Amino acid sequence: MSTKTSDITVIGGGVVGLSVAIGLLRAGNRVTVLDGADGDPRASQGNFGLVWLQGKGASYAPYAHLTSEAVSGWPEFASLIEDLSGVNLSLDQSGGYEFFTEEAEFRDFAADLKQQQQFLGNHFSFETIQGDDLRRSHPQIGAGVVGATFSALDGHVNPLRLLKALKQAVAALGGEIVNDAHVTDVSGGSSGFDFSLRSGAHHGADRVVLAAGLGAATLAERLGFQTRVRPQRGELLITEKLSERLPFLSSTIRQTDEGGLQIGGTKADAGYDDSETLDVMAGLAQHAVTVLPTLHDLRVVRAWGALRVMSPDGHPVYARSSTLPGAYLVTCHSGVTLAPFHGGALAQWIDDTTDAPNLGAFDEDRFTLSPAA
Amino acid sequence: MTLDGAPIEALPGDTVAAAVLAHSGKAFRTTAHETPRAAYCMMGVCFECLLEIDGKANVQGCMTVAEDGMVVRRQNGLRRLNGDTDE
Repeated sequence: MSTKTSDITVIGGGVVGLSVAIGLLRAGNRVTVLDGADGDPRASQGNFGLVWLQGKGASYAPYAHLTSEAVSGWPEFASLIEDLSGVNLSLDQSGGYEFFTEEAEFRDFAADLKQQQQFLGNHFSFETIQGDDLRRSHPQIGAGVVGATFSALDGHVNPLRLLKALKQAVAALGGEIVNDAHVTDVSGGSSGFDFSLRSGAHHGADRVVLAAGLGAATLAERLGFQTRVRPQRGELLITEKLSERLPFLSSTIRQTDEGGLQIGGTKADAGYDDSETLDVMAGLAQHAVTVLPTLHDLRVVRAWGALRVMSPDGHPVYARSSTLPGAYLVTCHSGVTLAPFHGGALAQWIDDTTDAPNLGAFDEDRFTLSPAA
Repeated sequence: MTLDGAPIEALPGDTVAAAVLAHSGKAFRTTAHETPRAAYCMMGVCFECLLEIDGKANVQGCMTVAEDGMVVRRQNGLRRLNGDTDE
């Protein structure tokens, strides 16, 4: 048994928890990160690495604005993390496509982007490109593509190197990361918080940020939060490496800086089962070949399923516990895209400084209000 | 069969990787960063023995039984989209 107190403890050592820790450290806090067990669901080890604005917050202006600011903050954030860690993130924000094979989906998404454009004004622009026009500029695009949308603001990073770099940046800023520290229970009172770890050890803190992804499904209630996150499975294929660069980035087909292609974007409700399935993998391969027929003989060398962290409405939640002051909940689906915000201004909101951003639109009270309305 | 255009021989039942190793012992390929690689595990696990065999890139030489008339090429760098490797 060991009891240790630090200014603020972050539960969750994934991209979100580490980014929050970096923001808190930069603001001058003492920070400990409790990272879970190897077998815990880890969205940060299975994701696609997109830094993506297209479509985000099309139905919710605050989320559109939050994402827009985070995307424009990425170059500076990447420099900071690269300087602190010495790890190259391979950030590339040279624009991205969404390819469509169904006219109705193309029309609906273009309408979403129009709405997003109205929210963001001159902070967002996009193009809708008909299939034939697309094939004039990119003759290698398949005949099955009816159209595409393009935003020059979209991009990607190397997601596994990002995770590694964030860990090293936390350490470089003087933060402590405790590995294999799966929190099984948490209690709070006037004297601070006490966390029970699976190992039997205890950990204490004055304040706590719950950023445990799907781990928040059980711990949120104990800290007085009503948000209930749920898993959404995505499946991914990795191909053998190619010597040439693909002529585009899309939200479903990206080429890593090492040369391999990552193909993904599926969504399924399968509980906590993160296994991959043959029919979904076949569908992904078919999608890639429809978009780019020259991929037809490319081999798939790895495939996996991973679980997205979804709030009830899919938008981020930033909430202060009403019953346990000093407890904060941070959860979102797009931990990579939003990392500059989590590693920056969010710390002012947690520390409640005068320059803190107003995050009322992301409070969890929206989940109690909306069903009754 | 041929290796980079030159004739080489294999015994019946040899894998392509065994024949290439016996022929020269030199590297089979180079990686994206131009470091040399040759067959290592000889049992289909390590993927170091990749060769272009009969026009197909990234074939595991240790899992392919040598046949008369095979056209085998060392791979320098990564494969290209059309299936060839860089030369």
